[in-house]
Amino acid sequence: MLQEHAKIVQFISLANEVNGRKKMQKMVYILKKMNFPFAEKYELHMYGPYSEELTLRVEELCEMGFLAERFEDKGSYKQYCYQVTDEGSKFLATAEAPKEQLPKCIERLNEKSSRFLELVSTLLFFDQLDKEDQIAKVRIVKNKLNFTDQEMEQAFAFIEEMQVSSVS
Amino acid sequence: MAYQNEKLSEEKVFKDPVHRYIHVRDRVIWDLVNTREFQRLRRIRQLGTTYLVFHGAEHSRFQHSLGVYEIVRRILDDGFSGREEWDEEQRLVALCAALLHDLGHGPFSHAFEKVFNLDHEQFTQQILLEQTEVHEVLRRVSPDFPQKVADVIDKTYPDKLVVSLISSQIDADRMDYLQRDAYYTGVSYGHFDMERILRVMRPTEDQVVIKQSGMHAVEDYIMSRYQMYWQVYFHPVSRSAEVILIKILHRAKHLFETGYAFKQEPMHFISFFAQEFKLKEYIALDEGVLLTYFQLWMEEDDTILADLCDRFVNRRLFQYAEFDPAVQYMKFGELITLFKEVGLDPDYYLVTDSSSDLPYDFYRPGEENERVPIYLQLENGDLRELSRMSDVVEAISGKRRTDHKIYYPEDLLIDGNPLHEKILELLRG
Repeated sequence: MLQEHAKIVQFISLANEVNGRKKMQKMVYILKKMNFPFAEKYELHMYGPYSEELTLRVEELCEMGFLAERFEDKGSYKQYCYQVTDEGSKFLATAEAPKEQLPKCIERLNEKSSRFLELVSTLLFFDQLDKEDQIAKVRIVKNKLNFTDQEMEQAFAFIEEMQVSSVS
Repeated sequence: MAYQNEKLSEEKVFKDPVHRYIHVRDRVIWDLVNTREFQRLRRIRQLGTTYLVFHGAEHSRFQHSLGVYEIVRRILDDGFSGREEWDEEQRLVALCAALLHDLGHGPFSHAFEKVFNLDHEQFTQQILLEQTEVHEVLRRVSPDFPQKVADVIDKTYPDKLVVSLISSQIDADRMDYLQRDAYYTGVSYGHFDMERILRVMRPTEDQVVIKQSGMHAVEDYIMSRYQMYWQVYFHPVSRSAEVILIKILHRAKHLFETGYAFKQEPMHFISFFAQEFKLKEYIALDEGVLLTYFQLWMEEDDTILADLCDRFVNRRLFQYAEFDPAVQYMKFGELITLFKEVGLDPDYYLVTDSSSDLPYDFYRPGEENERVPIYLQLENGDLRELSRMSDVVEAISGKRRTDHKIYYPEDLLIDGNPLHEKILELLRG
């Protein structure tokens, strides 16, 4: 019971703090694509891959008191930040130990902006396509974000880096 | 005449209890309905295990798919046709996507997907893009047409207006299933004035919007959805049946993996247990196949599998109790220990399950929710998000409701055994 909840608490604990729901969505998706065992189902939504199940799980964890949600008004936009509570740390004892590579991957993901993670996760959503088709697809579904060629290249390099650290 | 424009010499109609008639004039649509992959949907119930609670809920995904097609056809032919915002070239792709959006659903979809870690949307894509009768029909329109239909269903099609017809907070899919499920379950919720909504839908560049004068009809639709979720879709008894169904499949998989000699070998499941199945094997499954195995497995020597199958087939479902994971997760550990002590495997006989719904959500710029909200079109052409205009919708916007239950076989615990009494006391709180 609650093993999937425990994995999310563990993820946020390893990240120390995650700033923004969108960022959290993309981080978990990228980790899932790197074969870390997250169970949440994803679909393509407004900001790229999005999981209603993850949204629900995080809301439940906040209700349970295992996660603390903080609202930040950044002027032009607003965001929610998440941290593990003391009660959540106790609950973490029920979780399985994380894969060895997980803390490093989370650290690398957490350093990136949510725009960049949106690009990376959307590229990964189309990873069954050739590189050119992947880019073309992202340009269609993300036409308003105007990703540059440089951003695309950085995203592919980042995916490669993550794949090296991924769970085989 | 090009295949894509070909019309039947006489219009075909399906008699339908929700929309009265479903009209087909396009040859492509008629040919798609007659493919084996589409006909298979007759053998997949729309509401899975709900028929064990609402006995009328035997309707199929075939009916629903035709219903979604009919709603989109009416929106396009009666509402959008001739409007400058609507590109008539998109008509056929929209109709095909509406008809085929649920093509990949398997038997008792949600349970089956959970156990075998599958995604019906991927199967929809595969059926559209691989060697199937559906693919052949679509390819006759043009070589890239199967991909276009797949993109609409996958929400990656460039024309967002087309996508929003089938996938948004007010789309043809929801409008059909709410009314159809209400009709077949016999509940009095789920009804709203769809004709009115169709009349006030307007095309814009990115999505369908609603004329302001139709706001009250949309309020009714949102409230219908809210009530249907809690009265029908999340009914705890129907969830109990689904819990047992999931456990049957888990048990069969476990037995297969540990070399158990089945009296009735699970031929149809072997490739799924081994995670090496082909599309053809997936398409061959339907609810009749699963229910036949459940009947036969009632005679297996494995007592857990036989008992779970008996429970499902003869509707001897698990009892349920309220469960708050936040304060009771320690108690759950205690229950696991007690179940083991009395010889009941907690992996199969002690199950927690959660349901949750967000009836409507609005857009918060730059962050948060990813659902496209419903927009009302004011008389001057401006758009205003629905919950800013409607007090009724505002009251439930962004508010998620969640319900947790714990399921267990009460019938095996009512015998006066002190340990059983202790378990029941813990479960009933």
